[in-house]
Amino acid sequence: MQRRQFLQLAAAGGGAVFASSLAGCSSLAGSAGENSRDFYFVQLSDSHWGYKGPDNPDATGTLPKAVAAVNALSVKPEFLVFTGDLTHTTDDPAERRRRMTEFRHIVADLGVKEVHFMPGEHDAALDRGAAFQELFGPTHYTFDRNGVHFIVLDNVSDPGARVGEEQLQWLEADLAARDKAAPIVVFTHRPLFDLVPKWDWATRDGARAIDLLLAHQNVTVFYGHIHQEHHQMTGHIAHHAAKSLIFPLPAPGSQEKRAPLPWDPAMPYKGLGFREVEGELAAAGAAPSYRLQEFPVVRA
Amino acid sequence: MTDRARRAALKGAAGAIGAWAIGAVAMRTIAPAFAQGDDERVIEIVARRFSFTPNQIEVKRGQPLLLAISSIDFIHGFNVPDLGVRADLVPGRVTKVRLTPVKAGTLDFLCDNFCGDGHEGMNGKFIVQD
Repeated sequence: MQRRQFLQLAAAGGGAVFASSLAGCSSLAGSAGENSRDFYFVQLSDSHWGYKGPDNPDATGTLPKAVAAVNALSVKPEFLVFTGDLTHTTDDPAERRRRMTEFRHIVADLGVKEVHFMPGEHDAALDRGAAFQELFGPTHYTFDRNGVHFIVLDNVSDPGARVGEEQLQWLEADLAARDKAAPIVVFTHRPLFDLVPKWDWATRDGARAIDLLLAHQNVTVFYGHIHQEHHQMTGHIAHHAAKSLIFPLPAPGSQEKRAPLPWDPAMPYKGLGFREVEGELAAAGAAPSYRLQEFPVVRA
Repeated sequence: MTDRARRAALKGAAGAIGAWAIGAVAMRTIAPAFAQGDDERVIEIVARRFSFTPNQIEVKRGQPLLLAISSIDFIHGFNVPDLGVRADLVPGRVTKVRLTPVKAGTLDFLCDNFCGDGHEGMNGKFIVQD
């Protein structure tokens, strides 16, 4: 069974599928054509390993459950990406490394060979990414799969939530080597745009990164940080936020405080999950289309 | 301490330190650096992980404010997003931020430099009254 056919069946079977009119994100119904180069990955985010609190009484069990859920997918993704806050912050450098080591041990059970990591501010802001780099490697990098250029941007190692001049120059140089129509996917932790600045849901110099990206026709951003599914456009760029694996947060700006939504014993793990992303590149130069499907950590 | 006494104390502190960190001036220019407008209300704020003290501040609409902010333990941020005002709060200095609220209601402020487990709750508000 082709991946696309599977997703269509899954959607018909009640899976939560997002396929909107947002640019770069549309239904995959219809012929892919002989030249199609589909790709399929899973985004996980904000596991906050090491968190202890009432907003998730199964904090040590949720990440392993997510790993099991990913491993149970009918079609194995080509790669996985964790968009930051792998661990919950701590002032203790040794404890930070211990949490990262435990996290790495748990996700080693994922049945997918290619896994990409990036930090969130909980992982990296207090030591400017030192521990993360020791255990996971660079905090910003690129890779290419199936004709798509993927860019991992670090907007968290600076505690002031900046991408920073050096990385912006690196991004500009990387983009300069791309065709304007090339399909580009960007992964960040924080939103690059001002979603809710009073909740610190922003990147201080994110507008500069977006300006660089806007010069390219086919750019889509996937990020974490806000612990919920969210979709927004900046110009022709679609930004898709992912759910968390620890506790959900309130809808953007919906209340005074950004306090976690309380755990519901009647519906444990509510609001937690991960997503599949399937992209289709119909032909060279054509706009790619993406299909997003949301999965809960635990089936009801 | 009266506002006048606070202003005198702050002027003395500025002379001793030599240079205050200058925050942004929002909504309208009030005074050149280091000058003290006679109509300004001085508000001292202390930032420490993970709170501002005070964190609920009643002010009058149109009243120019001089915020004198001290950080105890970290380079916290002070950000009033609705006014586009922000400053880094370097420990050992008094960071001066001027602003004038022009609308009644609330103005949120927050620490926007990630400072640890509790950062997300480090915020406050001005309650602006007519």
